[in-house]
Amino acid sequence: MNTEKNIKTLIVKKPLKLDCGKTIKDFPIAYETYGSLNSKKDNAILVFHALTGDQFVTGINPVTNKEGWWSYAVGPDKAIDTNKYFVICSNVIGGCMGSYGPSHKDPDQKIFGTNFPVITINDMVNAQYNLLDHFGIDKLFSITGGSMGGMQVLQFISNFPDKSKTVIPIATTSSHSAQNIAFNELGRQAITADSNWKDGNYASNDTNPGKGLAVARMAAHITYLSKKGLQEKFGRKLQEREDLKFGFDADFQIESYLRYQGSVFVDRFDANSYLYITRAMDYFDLAKQFNGNLSEAFINTNAKFFIISFTSDWLYPTQENKDIVIALNSIGADVGFVEIESDKGHDSFLLDVPDFLSALKNFLDKSYEEN
Amino acid sequence: MKNEFQVIADLIEKDKKVLDVGCADGTLMKFLKDNKNINIRGLEISKEKVQECIAKGLTVIEGNAEKDLKQFPDKSFDYVVLSQTLQAFLNPELVLDELLRVGKKAIVTIPNFGYWKVRFHLLFRGTMPVTKTLPDEWYNTPNLHMCTIKDFFHFVKSKDIKIFKSLALNNLNSSIINESNLGVKNLFADLGIFLIEK
Repeated sequence: MNTEKNIKTLIVKKPLKLDCGKTIKDFPIAYETYGSLNSKKDNAILVFHALTGDQFVTGINPVTNKEGWWSYAVGPDKAIDTNKYFVICSNVIGGCMGSYGPSHKDPDQKIFGTNFPVITINDMVNAQYNLLDHFGIDKLFSITGGSMGGMQVLQFISNFPDKSKTVIPIATTSSHSAQNIAFNELGRQAITADSNWKDGNYASNDTNPGKGLAVARMAAHITYLSKKGLQEKFGRKLQEREDLKFGFDADFQIESYLRYQGSVFVDRFDANSYLYITRAMDYFDLAKQFNGNLSEAFINTNAKFFIISFTSDWLYPTQENKDIVIALNSIGADVGFVEIESDKGHDSFLLDVPDFLSALKNFLDKSYEEN
Repeated sequence: MKNEFQVIADLIEKDKKVLDVGCADGTLMKFLKDNKNINIRGLEISKEKVQECIAKGLTVIEGNAEKDLKQFPDKSFDYVVLSQTLQAFLNPELVLDELLRVGKKAIVTIPNFGYWKVRFHLLFRGTMPVTKTLPDEWYNTPNLHMCTIKDFFHFVKSKDIKIFKSLALNNLNSSIINESNLGVKNLFADLGIFLIEK
């Protein structure tokens, strides 16, 4: 899956104690950068990717040959302007784009599979923190990300309160909801029910639980869209046929679309990584780490927060984003908030939503001017 | 910047922490930030206006004063400003209480329904008054609870709210309102500006 020649990796020598109790060391973090770090080293933005993202934020992903996942937002003259800022993004540990994960080999040269330790959002950001040392950056200008990326943003500033000037969590939550755990469980069950999963040892059995992974992706994909968006795009339109066929082929365009989404996903993503990363999201509960008081997570930071949600996002709805705003306001933190009008559901943060992109750009550029 | 904002800005000392409730496009916020080194926050209900504030580099929360003031701790701002919006809330009394809880002091401005032009309009034309400060028609006005300077003055007194300063504004002229000139100011001022504390 990894064409390693295109992947930059940092080998982290320092041992990292994981939340599960195990310690890892000498492990790889795969990363990519865009733009250049200025001499004052004050223009770096650390971007965190979501569940199925990777370090290839923008431009052509050299592994998949597709556009990077945040191409609308990141690039020259874009909202996160790489003419101005130095953008760093790394693949989360547990992932499958070069960072230490279940498709790697254990010290006995056996592929980990489900013997890879269960990781958390906290573990992910602690691992990624090593990139600051690697680049000699004392303080980031900003940290940002949507969805699971937003969770990492919140965890990062809580763990390292003086390491970023600005903080932009997008379409996210401080505590994964029952509904979201339920959807993740559905995906995991689809994968493990595939007979090719082989208890996670598919690599050594030369099989791949592609069907299960595709179903997981299809179910998840629905949650990233909105009812209105789906209705407008697909309605009841038929797929390359004049009438219903009275069978179980993809009669409707929406069926065909989902099948396509499932099939292309299998080509680029590892089933075990899907299990590990969804688990990390489910375990995320920042308030719980502070005895139920979310404000305590941010009590030591002077960073400037800007929180963004979307009207049609029912996976990480506005109220869950506002809960973060409320926690910050209750300790007098510097926090701005906007809910962007969009029919595109949770995926809005990845798409061409002009109000979102201009808000992001204006916040970053104005904050940078004040530097 | 309109004269009202200049008068409000003059009431606020340098380096304070201020919340502008219903901050609109952030004109007052920007002025306070640039000229008085104010640590300024805004609360605004309109998405478009929030975007304008962000473009000015201002910290704004999209929200509704009637619901969203409660997230701010007691006395967490030196001043809370509410410009010409009190009359538009469903429950102005509740909002006023919240302003005075969140702010050590509050600055509230009200369009004066006792202004002579307003009175003349109703008296002679027999239709709902439309003036520079009250530009909307009866059927599309956001104003639900119009009051006069006198009404507001008596209202805050009855609630044991301390009035530090009350000013009558008529075009470019501002003057002090007190117990003895209340009737006159209520007739000749377009706008009342109150600096209050509880």
